[in-house]
Amino acid sequence: MLIRTPAKSQLKENQVTDEAVYQDRRLLLKSMGFLGAGALLGSAKSQALSFFGDDDITFATKALDFAKPQAYQSSDRLTPEQKIISHNNFYEFGTGKSDPKNNAQEFVVDPWSLSIDGLVEKPMTLDHDALYSQFDLEERIYRLRCVEAWSMVVPWIGFSLADLIKKAQPLSSAKYVVFETLYDPKQMPGQRNRFAGGGVNFPYVEGLRLDEAMHPLTLMSVGLYGKTLPPQNGAPIRLVVPWKYGFKSIKSVTKIRLTDKMPSTTWMELAASEYGFYANVNPQVDHPRWSQASERRITSGGLLTRNRIPTQMFNGYEEVAPLYANLDLRRNY
Amino acid sequence: MKLHSKHILGLKVFIHLCALLPLFYTYFKAFSDQLGADPIQEILHFTGVSAFNLLLLSLLVSPLAKYLKQGQLVNVRRLLGLYAFTYALVHFTSYLLFDLQLEWILLFSEIIKRPYITVGFSALLILSTLAATSTKALQRRMGSNWQKTHNWVYLAVLLVALHYFWSVKSELVQPLLYCLMVLILLSSRHPKWRRALKQRKLKGQKKQQNKIKLA
Repeated sequence: MLIRTPAKSQLKENQVTDEAVYQDRRLLLKSMGFLGAGALLGSAKSQALSFFGDDDITFATKALDFAKPQAYQSSDRLTPEQKIISHNNFYEFGTGKSDPKNNAQEFVVDPWSLSIDGLVEKPMTLDHDALYSQFDLEERIYRLRCVEAWSMVVPWIGFSLADLIKKAQPLSSAKYVVFETLYDPKQMPGQRNRFAGGGVNFPYVEGLRLDEAMHPLTLMSVGLYGKTLPPQNGAPIRLVVPWKYGFKSIKSVTKIRLTDKMPSTTWMELAASEYGFYANVNPQVDHPRWSQASERRITSGGLLTRNRIPTQMFNGYEEVAPLYANLDLRRNY
Repeated sequence: MKLHSKHILGLKVFIHLCALLPLFYTYFKAFSDQLGADPIQEILHFTGVSAFNLLLLSLLVSPLAKYLKQGQLVNVRRLLGLYAFTYALVHFTSYLLFDLQLEWILLFSEIIKRPYITVGFSALLILSTLAATSTKALQRRMGSNWQKTHNWVYLAVLLVALHYFWSVKSELVQPLLYCLMVLILLSSRHPKWRRALKQRKLKGQKKQQNKIKLA
């Protein structure tokens, strides 16, 4: 007999509110006659705590089924989920670190369409459900090193980008992979206004060399901490390249295209002298305006936490070094 | 209505409260990990922008006093300037203690290598000098040199604007607004600049005349 023991982190069926019930919670409350009394008791308090009093609209994430391969577990202390989902660089939703969480809760991820085309034998499109069903999902604990010299440890859930690309059968002429974030100014306030979006010319574009994209570490993530991604972290699907600075790991991807030319990327266009195509984590090559030799690891703890640690070459993922054997990493930053 | 010393006292108490309460509140939240995911970054931003705000307010005092014809207002200028210095000092100390975590070598190399930190640190040195010479006794003792020394505040505010402008990644709106405010406050002092220019010209002419005489 097969007895499944769920992992501790996995939510049990009875802990998960059915989405339909959750979405209609106000209606339910009203029909039960609670809202009037509740408003009297609770409103003053919630208004005082949150400036706009609108933080009760929360994007609904769902529990995922996934494996936990030993190779991708880690002894690093995890960054608490609350910090991972409230400290984000996602200029489509504003340039402040808490803007994405505040502005993205009504983001629509279903329907979604992710297309893979360009120099491939079999161009294809994945819809929302296919993102979770076409590939075996696994949990991978990766370090995330931001170019701003802070870092986190995140339990991602996803599949290797290589599996996706293999399915589309790349042509031998394909050398690079280009990624694009959703362009939808109606949903993304940063795209409506050049100033609100940090001067970025949207849509956000990123790129990898094909051999980087095919490396087993390169992940397409659809979840974190056991559940689907919240919008501020790049729902429904995002790239995660753990040995590169965080801005390479493009969020809310709608297009993947294989090409034969090195693409220009969003941050290269904003400041080519500060952000290069490779953007490999490298403690020996400083950002022109700050040192990259060390980083502050965000876990829990307040101002007094001693969390400055030395930055490791390739963020500690030394297995990718052969990809760059003949490359001057100082010039190709 | 003319402002009385009673009003000025009230205004001073108000400034003390507005400067100190948010500082204590924010640090309390930061120490107890209730200030966002990265309290250190929040603290640096809060103290930096607040120092800039206070410095701009201190520069607003004399144009405002002139415009409203309320000479008494000038009495709150030193207090605002001292709080601007306090916030700047807390900003720098927090950077050293909580961000760099007392890595002194990193501190010195960053001050030398990174232009935005070089200018920020220079501004802090100027503000320290101004704070150290801010007492009434020193003002009397230094005579006309006091005003000359304290004119350095104009350089300081320009350096602070540059520090802010260079420290951001790509979100330039706020730094640009601050630069605009600095320009407005500095240009409101155009009679002062004109006088200074004239004096310099006069001095130059005198020197020239002396040279001719000597020849």
